[in-house]
Amino acid sequence: MTDVDASHRQRRIHEVFAALFVSGSFVTGMTIVLFWALCTVLGRHLVPYDPLADDILNALAPPSAEHWFGTDQLGRDIFSRVIVGSRDILTVAPLATILATGVGTVLGLLTGYFRGVVDDVVSRFNEAMMAMPSVIVALLAIVALGTSETTVIIVIGLSFAPVIARTVRSTVLAERELDYIAAAKLRHENSMHIMFVEILPNILPPILVEFTVRLGYAIFAVATLSFIGFGLQPPSPDWGLSISTNYSMISGGYWWAVVFDALAIASLVIGINLVADGLQGALND
Amino acid sequence: MTKPTLSLDRLSVGYRSGEREHAVVRDVSLQIAPGEAYGLVGESGCGKSTVALTVVRYLPRNGKITGGSVNLDGADVMQLGPEALRSLRAKKVSMVYQDPGKALNPSLKVGRQLAEVFEVMGVPPAEREPRAVEMLKKVRIADPDSVMQRYPHQLSGGMQQRVAIAMALANDPTMLILDEPTTGLDVTVEAEVLDLVADLRNEIGASILFISHNLAVVAKMCDRVGVLYAGMLVEEGPARDIFGSPSHPYTVALLRCMPHAGQTKTHGLLESIPGFLPPPGAQLSGCPFVKRCPLADGRCRAEIPELQDCGGRLVRCHYPDRAANLPPSIEAGDVLPKPPSEAAQILRVSNLSKTYGQGNHAIRVVTDVSLSLQAGETLGLVGESGSGKTTLARMLLGLVPPDPGGSIELDGRPLAGSLERRREDEVKAVQIVFQNPDSALNRSHSVARIIGRALRRLGGFRGTDLAKRLDNLVEAVRLSPRHLTLRPRQLSGGLKQRVAIARSFAGDPRVVVCDEPTSALDVSVQAAILNLLTELQAARAVSYVFISHDLGVVRYLSDRIAVLYLGRVMEMGPSERVFGGPNHPYTEALLSAVPSIGGTQTNRIRLTGESPSAANPPPGCVFQSRCPRKIGGICEVSEPPVTEAEPGHFIRCHISAKDLMRIQLQNKGGASTRRSVQSAPSVATLS
Repeated sequence: MTDVDASHRQRRIHEVFAALFVSGSFVTGMTIVLFWALCTVLGRHLVPYDPLADDILNALAPPSAEHWFGTDQLGRDIFSRVIVGSRDILTVAPLATILATGVGTVLGLLTGYFRGVVDDVVSRFNEAMMAMPSVIVALLAIVALGTSETTVIIVIGLSFAPVIARTVRSTVLAERELDYIAAAKLRHENSMHIMFVEILPNILPPILVEFTVRLGYAIFAVATLSFIGFGLQPPSPDWGLSISTNYSMISGGYWWAVVFDALAIASLVIGINLVADGLQGALND
Repeated sequence: MTKPTLSLDRLSVGYRSGEREHAVVRDVSLQIAPGEAYGLVGESGCGKSTVALTVVRYLPRNGKITGGSVNLDGADVMQLGPEALRSLRAKKVSMVYQDPGKALNPSLKVGRQLAEVFEVMGVPPAEREPRAVEMLKKVRIADPDSVMQRYPHQLSGGMQQRVAIAMALANDPTMLILDEPTTGLDVTVEAEVLDLVADLRNEIGASILFISHNLAVVAKMCDRVGVLYAGMLVEEGPARDIFGSPSHPYTVALLRCMPHAGQTKTHGLLESIPGFLPPPGAQLSGCPFVKRCPLADGRCRAEIPELQDCGGRLVRCHYPDRAANLPPSIEAGDVLPKPPSEAAQILRVSNLSKTYGQGNHAIRVVTDVSLSLQAGETLGLVGESGSGKTTLARMLLGLVPPDPGGSIELDGRPLAGSLERRREDEVKAVQIVFQNPDSALNRSHSVARIIGRALRRLGGFRGTDLAKRLDNLVEAVRLSPRHLTLRPRQLSGGLKQRVAIARSFAGDPRVVVCDEPTSALDVSVQAAILNLLTELQAARAVSYVFISHDLGVVRYLSDRIAVLYLGRVMEMGPSERVFGGPNHPYTEALLSAVPSIGGTQTNRIRLTGESPSAANPPPGCVFQSRCPRKIGGICEVSEPPVTEAEPGHFIRCHISAKDLMRIQLQNKGGASTRRSVQSAPSVATLS
């Protein structure tokens, strides 16, 4: 029974993949994301210079054959820093999103399935959370807890959870009206079984899409926190942090110190959103 | 023959899916003369709706006409440019769809939507509204001005469909396409809409293409009928001939699947058509029906038969003269035992009510229902939508707690109102087969898991015991072991319902509630499911509460019947008494609304007025606002008493049973004719 279950699952996965690979947006997005993922894993071995090595004599050199993206105010090679800079953000943001999805899914299942008082209390709290800009909430929490990667993950994860909880709740509300839930109650199944064994597998597709969309936002949030100095700390070559240290140079005409990091953030966020878009299309077939 | 309004010539349509093109309509040729009503019948997936969409070139994006031509009122539809096509759709052809609730725009008032049709036709603004009112009058809407001001959701299903018909007729079409116009409507509303269409046929000159899976409706409405099977026209001819003496084995088999008037389970099992429709796009090397046809031989497998003329009708069969002797799919004389008349009472319901909401907003959907169920017996619950059948069923199951005051007893012991407070053995004793298996089966679980879980929880089986029980149960519902690994979406509707039935029988229940278990299924599949339920009942002595709006089906399966109206039991008694009369006036109206293939129309009882809402039931007798037999003031003031017309047959009416009998016999033009009409077909099919 398990073997055949697996073979069926494979067939379904095969179908979804077939649909994904005809979708232009998914292929484009995945190419961008995989490129940055590769940089995260192998970055240090791919780059021409040590991203942390300074060369004061060569500071703020414009892009050239030697330094493709130019150098920053300490003379560090910007191309090397951009390639390697994906590492921290691509660790912190996905972990934060996984946390958010986990917490959000559980909250969404509880509120959507039980409704009543649980729903009222949790949903009002969620709405209050969502009413505040998540960066501000994160900022307050970081100030209180102190800066560290773990804090950033927890803070962003928890501040994104309400949005995911809301999406999950709405799908659970539709799902719980279906007759297979009544059939489960007529077997005296407990609520845990109904929520996690009966309902959860059926709402995975929207959760996956929501995860991808939130991942894009999380990247943005991590970059923003780094930019205002509450995220990743120097000497990390993180993009947000680099923009933050170099943005005052723009007025002096040293645009390359900022533009490439900004483009990197933009490309990663766009890539992830394209993946989300493609997933949504393929899973809704 | 005069020039036909619509003519399809060797039309073929395919849908693209991935790399492949699946043929859905194959080589269909037909003509509809001016003013003629042509019925297209067939089971789901045989291409009926695709034909309709092709006529107006409304195919979905992946649909493609792969051959043939469509000629509508002199214009070759395939060759029209966008402007000409638009004008054809605006002026010459109209469509009425299945679900009027979806076909009407929910955010526009009826008046505005109707005026829009005239706008498209180029009628000056000042004339649009009066013409819209005129259209509503034409579809027999008594109060057109107020309907104009309402939104679609404020109208009942029947009214909505009238409005949709009014919109379709507004452009005075030469071709009117009705795609399952009454599917999903209650019988009395269906009868009302069909009457309207029949009346309008005399007033409008339009040709009608009437698409339906309901053979009786088509028999009633159409002059000529075409039977589609796997996208092919397999038989075509005058309606009377097709239904009276079908010549294609498929048509013969299909007609035999329907429970004939008066047929009950004690007469034996229903005929069904074994096997499946060839999937769309299947490569046919022979007759499309060959795998399911008991007459098939080598020639049928090797050669696709041509449509041949057999005395005024066309038949696509190599041996049209043999169809009449089609061997039955079941053994004759396979008679099932009748439940003992003095069996123990299993379930007893007393004074059960259910109220939703509170105070001024309280809606009482079930009022003071008392009934009982014996071992091995089937109790049919009949009534239109909103009559409280489903709520009553859910109270029996414990899914909806009843109002305080009522009681449910199982084997003489009181049963808690809510499921959580019922004991394990009480829970497994009362189970249900839901109407829609897509909703009732968890789509991410395999069949083995769905049935296995029920066996584990309800039957308490584990390990090898469980595996053995699973095999037994799967066999009992006629599934094959290869289905076990599949997900519900990989199964056909009939197979899904078998899975649901297997699940409900996992814990050897005493009572199974069947909530319209066959209403989503085709006729041939319905017969097989009804047979399965009958066999399981005979083998396991289970009792059924069988809910259905299809009176033929209820009659076939039920030993006793309760008729509900606005949450109240209006009549209850042994099945043959409820169908034979005397009847409550509401039952009488329900019975006379059912179209029958025999085509003998007794005097129809027409229900006037809207079905009242449960939030605001009429005073006195709840049926008085629509009752054709209302006797006067007493009906409006006092709730009628329940009288016992015959032993075990109860009627809630101010008119005495004797008087009801007299009135009803007069209306039918004598009991003898009615009884002979009813028994004739059953004798013919069972001998």
